[in-house]
Amino acid sequence: MTRHRGRGMASINYPIGMNLGGDPSQALVHSNPSGKFTVALSSIDLGQGMKSVTRQICAETLGVPVEDVYVDTADSDTGPHCMGSFASRGTHRVGNAVMAAAREARGVMMEAAAEELEVNAADLETDGRGNIHVKGAPHRSISTKDVAIAAQFKQGKTISGRGIFLVPLSDVDPETGEMSPATCYAHACLVAEVEVDDETGEVAMVRMDSAYELGRALNPRLVEQQLVGGAWMGVSHALYETPEPYYPDPAHGPRDFVEYLMPGPGDICPHDIAVLERPAPDGPFGAKGPGEMCANPVLPAVANAIFNAVGVRIDDLPITPEKVLRAIKSQGGARPQARR
Amino acid sequence: MSKIPLQFRHNGRDVAIFVDGGTNLLVALRELIGDMTPKFGCGQGGCGTCSVLIDGELHLSCLTLAETVAGRSVETLDGMKQGPNLHPLQRAFADHFAAQCGYCTPGMLMAAKALLDRNPAPSRDEVVEAISGNICRCTGYEPIINAILAAAGGRVSA
Repeated sequence: MTRHRGRGMASINYPIGMNLGGDPSQALVHSNPSGKFTVALSSIDLGQGMKSVTRQICAETLGVPVEDVYVDTADSDTGPHCMGSFASRGTHRVGNAVMAAAREARGVMMEAAAEELEVNAADLETDGRGNIHVKGAPHRSISTKDVAIAAQFKQGKTISGRGIFLVPLSDVDPETGEMSPATCYAHACLVAEVEVDDETGEVAMVRMDSAYELGRALNPRLVEQQLVGGAWMGVSHALYETPEPYYPDPAHGPRDFVEYLMPGPGDICPHDIAVLERPAPDGPFGAKGPGEMCANPVLPAVANAIFNAVGVRIDDLPITPEKVLRAIKSQGGARPQARR
Repeated sequence: MSKIPLQFRHNGRDVAIFVDGGTNLLVALRELIGDMTPKFGCGQGGCGTCSVLIDGELHLSCLTLAETVAGRSVETLDGMKQGPNLHPLQRAFADHFAAQCGYCTPGMLMAAKALLDRNPAPSRDEVVEAISGNICRCTGYEPIINAILAAAGGRVSA
């Protein structure tokens, strides 16, 4: 029995969101008489941080403290339409919609403030702490709360805004038929190191080193949690998880978490991550999306590392010990490849 | 089937309920006592999210017959906070982003508490061993392990 070390790498070019029907999402923003703002969405936060990041985007666009924004989401009866939380689209699509809605609401808020201060709205600015003042004359100031009260009870205005993001339809080049299915791409490269046991076929993760380029990281801690957890899910898809181990016979499918395998806390490995920020021209504050794409480079990198370790090329997921062992046997033993 | 009277301590408080024979502890806690912190995951001991402490020892409540806890002390996540303050483990989980969807979190916290109660200064390997009966879909475990080590080392924000 020998354990063979191998190293593999993979790079990915990941289109953010999808293109079906323009992949739209909507947002509505309105102020309450207290001067606080509510963002209405029907986008789902599964724990990845949608509520936090849309709250930041709304607060930054309105020019108010983040504490003054509440995100009300996940009810498709009362929230405006969203295509869903998938394909790394939340921050980019929903974020853009929130930004558009907040921009419109900010316009009304500034007009209402201008009326109270008896100045031109173009001469006003927000201080990010809940006040609106005349540029260059901060003593001529009004709080967003007082603006909201005046709009509600005096001016009869709704401080509100509507936003939608829709991917523009791509033109088709009449000569080549070429078109652009996506407007925004994220990128990643990951190197995986594994140890393959040629007697049992088991693959153990040794370490991962990765670089992710995902536009501007609007909330670096949330980005980090997505990358750490997403890479783990990539390992899980590469080596463990399948509902159909003996496809197509469903009788042999897993029935519980003892048979539907996932790596446990003892199966993880050190993972060194570099985040590269290249702001996206059409992303909210330059953001792309760190969701689904963080799992993707792991699968090919692990498959390549197994080839490097024992010389077998498995192109069927997950790469279970049985598949590795059968492949090693059919080629007459492990054939470690050169390591660079 | 006749009901069985059952008394035990639930997070330091005496409770008395009637259960059907064969009722598991998870159902008794959630449906009869109204403590929703232990979660139903797989119902057969494979995921760990229903974990509770019985006389300080970690158990899967979905595989524990309710009547076996008669006269014993059951602790759940609901009893973990200290008055108005979060337990240092809860604080550390928040600080380290150790929860995303949150479904595994009650079981992870109980497994961590069981460990720290008997071993206040565990090694990383001991932490991994302690939570190895618990599955997490989102975090990749690393933030959870780091949170438990931080709580053990007293490195938790106030």
